[in-house]
Amino acid sequence: MTEAKSVTETKKTEDQGILKGLEQLTPEKIESVIQQVLSDETGARLKVYVETCVHCGMCSKGCHFFLSLNDPRYSPAGKVKQTLWEIMRKKGKVSPEFIKQAATIAYTQCNMCKRCAMYCPFGLDVAYVMSVMRRICHKLGVVPLYIQDTAHSHSVTMNQMWVKDDEWIDTLMWQEEEAQDAMENLRIPLDKEGADIFYSVIGPEPKFRAQLIFQAAVIMNAAGENWTMPSMPGWDNSDMCMFTGDYEMMERLKRRHFESALNLRAKRIVMGECGHAFRSVYDVGNRALGWRMPPIEVVHAIEYYNELFENNKIKIKKKFEQPVTLHDPCNISRGRGLHEMARNIVNATCENFIEMTPNREHNYCCSAGGGVINCGPPFKNARVESGKQKAKQLFAAKAKGAEVVIAPCHNCHGGLEDIIHHYGVEMELKFFGDIIYEILELPE
Amino acid sequence: MNNCDTWDWNAGTKLVADFSALKNKFSYIEELRASPDGERVGIIVKNDDMEFTVCTQTSEGEPEPWESGYDKVWNLRFGPDSRLSAFVSETGKWKVSTDDTPWENSYDFIWNMTFNSNGQIAVSVQKELSYCVVNNEIPWENAFSRLTGMILSPDGQKTAAVIESVTVLESEIFKFRQGCYSIAVNGDAWSHNFMNVWNPSFSKDSSHVAASVRASYGEYYIAVDGKTWDRSFSSVWEPCFSPNDNSVTAPVKKGGKWFLAKDGIILWETPYFQLWQHNYSPDGTKIAAIVSPSFGRWTIAIDNISWGINFSDCVSDIVFSPDGSRIACLFKDNGKWGVAVDGTRWDEPFDMVWPPVFSLDGLHLAAKVKKGDFYYIALNGKRLNAQYEDLESPLFSPDSSSMLIRGRKGDLFNREIISL
Repeated sequence: MTEAKSVTETKKTEDQGILKGLEQLTPEKIESVIQQVLSDETGARLKVYVETCVHCGMCSKGCHFFLSLNDPRYSPAGKVKQTLWEIMRKKGKVSPEFIKQAATIAYTQCNMCKRCAMYCPFGLDVAYVMSVMRRICHKLGVVPLYIQDTAHSHSVTMNQMWVKDDEWIDTLMWQEEEAQDAMENLRIPLDKEGADIFYSVIGPEPKFRAQLIFQAAVIMNAAGENWTMPSMPGWDNSDMCMFTGDYEMMERLKRRHFESALNLRAKRIVMGECGHAFRSVYDVGNRALGWRMPPIEVVHAIEYYNELFENNKIKIKKKFEQPVTLHDPCNISRGRGLHEMARNIVNATCENFIEMTPNREHNYCCSAGGGVINCGPPFKNARVESGKQKAKQLFAAKAKGAEVVIAPCHNCHGGLEDIIHHYGVEMELKFFGDIIYEILELPE
Repeated sequence: MNNCDTWDWNAGTKLVADFSALKNKFSYIEELRASPDGERVGIIVKNDDMEFTVCTQTSEGEPEPWESGYDKVWNLRFGPDSRLSAFVSETGKWKVSTDDTPWENSYDFIWNMTFNSNGQIAVSVQKELSYCVVNNEIPWENAFSRLTGMILSPDGQKTAAVIESVTVLESEIFKFRQGCYSIAVNGDAWSHNFMNVWNPSFSKDSSHVAASVRASYGEYYIAVDGKTWDRSFSSVWEPCFSPNDNSVTAPVKKGGKWFLAKDGIILWETPYFQLWQHNYSPDGTKIAAIVSPSFGRWTIAIDNISWGINFSDCVSDIVFSPDGSRIACLFKDNGKWGVAVDGTRWDEPFDMVWPPVFSLDGLHLAAKVKKGDFYYIALNGKRLNAQYEDLESPLFSPDSSSMLIRGRKGDLFNREIISL
């Protein structure tokens, strides 16, 4: 296994979004924005978290950054100390140089995976504290360039990949045509009113992973579903604005997504295999808009696939033979508790399942989540180095015989691909959709 | 204009199409569409040459496939004038075809078919990676690198859309912040650019366009014909013109709460957790909006006075009666959909509801609803017995004495007129 190098010093940040953003700051602006955010947008929750922490360090073992790098600066408490504690102590009188470091920590050294909250004796949620730091940075205009660009894409196109209106529809038609080779007369029904399922995906699917739409279409058709996809913006359930701290845009995105489904009078939304999007649609974005729960039932792909097998709606030719292990994505496992359903699917589809350890809600993050991978190449090396603990976990599963990692989340795929490559893990990576499509028995 | 006063409003049932015959005739069929008057249905099918085409049928004839076949047909829709249109593609080129008469010009892609009340069609098009709008077959003179959110004016003379007015490449985040987006009306861009532009809206007289804009991350405005309100807000939703005086109202966010503002001044002083989809009564004297008076509760406010009831899941689709005296909406409460009118909910919950429809005199309210596997018509709070496999929303006769039901029972698609 390749030894991880030390993480890039934050003061060496070369990200142009952060550096150029700093040029527009003055101490007065920094203080004003911080005071506004702290007084108008935070309250007891932040105060309790910051004042309750006794600096015991128990959270350290919850964080894969700390475990990978063995440096207290990367412990959750250490990250809070370098950001919000200092800001609150100085009542917002901090320098642009401080903001540079704080932005780097908040955006690129915390995946907001919430694992540390389980190891804190008080259950303090450091991810929330980091989100406040990100909110301040967003309002200051100091955001890593790549994720800022993604947030801009969201604001213009309502998807995260600058996919134009016509490109989206064209891609669906292309995938429909491709899938008709597998099933004659297969359809991806556009804008069908009153469907049981409104299927939504994330921007990278039409852009880079169109085969996932193809596979979903085959599975939906094989299951005989009454389903639809929207032709107009609102199809992307993802949300990098939630992670940059641009909550006004997050609200706009989620409203468009929900209204797309509501206007088509769909019974429920089934989402593809994405973790952060689920967090946005099921928890953060809907509540920011005033909906206690989503206004229309939201079902993650894991719940949907589990239903298909429980209700015998699809048949398989034979089980997937290569030994598999399962990576539990933070947002749908720790965040939603779908880990047992994921195991039901593994057991229904795979011959040989090898658990990685730790697992379920204790699983290590892929180091890509929380928008960290979306901060792009300037932070890639540091991100992959923080995945050393994950690499160890994968090697251990491999030593038990696992050859394939199932990761039902897009960002996890991105992060795990980099970790597998960097550390020479040599394991295959698949979505549940890949496995199900491969073994699916197509109806006559 | 749907000219419903010329329709056959005599009570009775007319068989329009036998779905099983269509299924037997074609190897591939999609969903039936019904004309507004219910006299005709259309459906996308594959013909004997395995080309996509459209088949129509009336009560008096056999199924009639269009003569033209295509590589692909989608977005089959009847306009308000009962003409049937679709997007059709041949060798990668797209055009609109209406009643089997294709437009002369074709494009590399075409989408967002939009009708005005006369049935005139505007579409967004892409040709050689440039984007514009084609209204009634006439394209804008100017094209843009990006275009979305196209709308057609009430008089059909104008179209507007959000356009990329300054080409900005991915990763040019600081150029983006300078403002690269605007509104184009009939192809002419506003003189001002913004960081973002959303939700263009025409005035009732078609002379003005308003939109939501973002000048910086924290400064949201309403812009009217390119000029912003004097005051910014932390967020705004879609603007709406008063039909009476062309003043503009919009939901605005201030201090974490939502208000309704008029021409930049707070009009409704009540702070709401949410406020959106506001709408004017036909005479312009009332404004209704969906509001959330407390977190997780939803209702309707009329001129800033909320109904006495509220709902847990959501409220949608505000509908005024034609004389503006009554207001209905859809709601979802504890997982079930329903209809509420004038602050009172219909008793029966449904699995799904479509926007309710008032009779012209405002005395009747009907909606398409779904319960279990079947669709029904609910009229004035009571679900009618007849159940359908497919159903369009009901329509009332001009004298409000009859209701048109267009639905499929089993394989038979019928046009029914019932007396009220």
